[in-house]
Amino acid sequence: MAFSRRNFLKGAAAGSAAAACAAATTTPAEARENLTMPPKAVGLLYDSTICVGCKACVVACRDANDTHPEFSTEEKLWDNPLDISGKTITVIKMYSEGTGQHKDQEKDGFAFMKRSCLHCVDPSCVSVCPVTAMTKDPVTGIVSHEPADCIGCRYCIVACPFAVPQFEFDKAFPKLLKCQLCKHRQAEGKIPACAEVCPTGATLFGPVTALKEEADRRLAVPAGKPNTFARKTVGSPDVHEHPNAAYVQHAYGTTEMGGTQMLLLSGVPFEKMGYPKLRERSYASEAETIQEGIYHDLIAPVALFAGLLYVARKNTKNHDEEE
Amino acid sequence: MNDDILNAIETRLGLSRRSFMQFCAAMAATMGLPKGADAAIANAIASSTRPPVIWLHFQECTGCTESMLRAEHPALDKLILEIISLDYHETLFAGAGHQAEAARKASMAANKGKYVLVVEGAIPMKDGGIYCKVGGHTALDLVKECAADAAAVIAIGSCAAWGGMPSSAPNPTGAVGVDEIIKDKPVVNIPGCPPSPYNFLSTVVHYLTFGKLPELDGKGRPKFAYGRIIHENCERRPHFDAGRFAQEFGDEGHRLGYCLYKLGCKGPETFANCPSILFNDIGSGSWPVGTGHPCIGCSEKGIGFTKPIHSLAEPVYITPPESYARIVEEQGQGITLASGATMAVIGGLAVGAGAKFAANLGKKKPEDSSIGKE
Repeated sequence: MAFSRRNFLKGAAAGSAAAACAAATTTPAEARENLTMPPKAVGLLYDSTICVGCKACVVACRDANDTHPEFSTEEKLWDNPLDISGKTITVIKMYSEGTGQHKDQEKDGFAFMKRSCLHCVDPSCVSVCPVTAMTKDPVTGIVSHEPADCIGCRYCIVACPFAVPQFEFDKAFPKLLKCQLCKHRQAEGKIPACAEVCPTGATLFGPVTALKEEADRRLAVPAGKPNTFARKTVGSPDVHEHPNAAYVQHAYGTTEMGGTQMLLLSGVPFEKMGYPKLRERSYASEAETIQEGIYHDLIAPVALFAGLLYVARKNTKNHDEEE
Repeated sequence: MNDDILNAIETRLGLSRRSFMQFCAAMAATMGLPKGADAAIANAIASSTRPPVIWLHFQECTGCTESMLRAEHPALDKLILEIISLDYHETLFAGAGHQAEAARKASMAANKGKYVLVVEGAIPMKDGGIYCKVGGHTALDLVKECAADAAAVIAIGSCAAWGGMPSSAPNPTGAVGVDEIIKDKPVVNIPGCPPSPYNFLSTVVHYLTFGKLPELDGKGRPKFAYGRIIHENCERRPHFDAGRFAQEFGDEGHRLGYCLYKLGCKGPETFANCPSILFNDIGSGSWPVGTGHPCIGCSEKGIGFTKPIHSLAEPVYITPPESYARIVEEQGQGITLASGATMAVIGGLAVGAGAKFAANLGKKKPEDSSIGKE
């Protein structure tokens, strides 16, 4: 090919100059802030310290959402999901360290932790969905998905910082599976099945503001002091007394990823319970800022293509001259 | 055991020898004694040395005595009266008044240091113990007087064991259990409201057979009866482990016999053998949880008559199945760089050798052909 070293280097230099020019002319779009909590946001408060690991929530979730038992042992005797999956929306997992004798203790202790969708205030899954099959209800804030619209790209699975959306990988026509806060039950005036059946009130349903207040109230009571715990719904008269546990002084979900509508309380550090430390700015807000920045007023794409066009034209001209 | 002794038993107790041996075996089984213990028990009962028993009633409902009377093993009423010499018992006494009190004093004097003292009911301490008097003496004085020369003290029922119902807040009479008063000798506690009669009978028979009290736990309760927690031996435990709970009385889960934890069952914090030996010898289900009512923890201090019946229990042991999902599941390690490289080398060699082999397949060996020609 008749393409001299000199011309190649010249072209490369021109191209990078065009790119640099494009970058310089892009006025950075105003960074998108984290989305804010919808006015009537509802959610769950899961308190690990009063959970006894009975898995009533797992069973009730199966009944309410018509999922089938998942076996993980050879004998296939017990419904025993090891994590949320294409067959399981929620699961209670156990932390155990050393002798594993003392409840809610990091050393030589054990504790339970719920795994299910946290219903982010600014959800990554909704942000990445190319067909808006994943939605966040503008009123209740429930993050749900429309199977009819889903194209199965699984971007949401990759995007979720908590690895919540699950896919039926073993099916010919797979569907997405994740907690939708029993929105079908809420439409009937009921509360999510997991909160309905929890015998200790470890999973509590209610408006997020009330749940946050309840979490703060529990965190404020000194360890060992008797405290009251409601069952089913926050503020319900169905309460029982229990000595307050030594909580980690943070309700997980108040700040993480711009906040979630499910809040978690625990006696064992959250990192040990499968919930990583996450920053306050949501991934969605940052990703959308970059995306919108690049395409802001179409300046950057126009500049880039103009630069490329110039390089192409120049090279073509040189080519003609040599011929 | 020879025929003479068994014949004597038959006449003395009015029992067939078969019924008698069945009773002895049942006692041994309740205490979890090894094979052969039933024979030792039979020998102990057959011997004519019946320990005298003084049975005192204080702040109680006589439910423990009623429970004893309803033990249904063959002719048990006779055995109670014949294994032990019941020298004083206010409910079962034919005599009354001064006559009864005289019998107690006479028996205590005659059997000094040999009799067994059984206490039923709590003892009021407030205002000098004036809230319970028998024959003009306070319960406090009576229990001190009778325990002084007793060989063994057995507190039957929750009231005598730790105060029971009379000691519930605000405890107006200052009711306490026997071991709050008798400190100089061991007190065997048989709590329950009422306790299973066999827990009491087995304790007495153990004392008779081995000459000492059965092994006790930290709260003075025989380990054979109170060593295990109700929740661990409950017939509804599989429902708990499977997350199936009765949500309210009469709902579907309740009718299907699901776990009663959410309705306030105190099984997870109460130590007793109720689910193992049941009540009244009428077969399965004959205990509170079996009938569909949550355990109220009647035998456990701080639980029974203290916590509201339908308030949530505080599980003593949380023992999930071994297969319970962990936060981080142990999984097989993925392919490492070193093992991958090794496998690539082996694989490469195999492919190379195979290719070489395939290429040589059609060729004739030159040496062979030369040999063939000659």
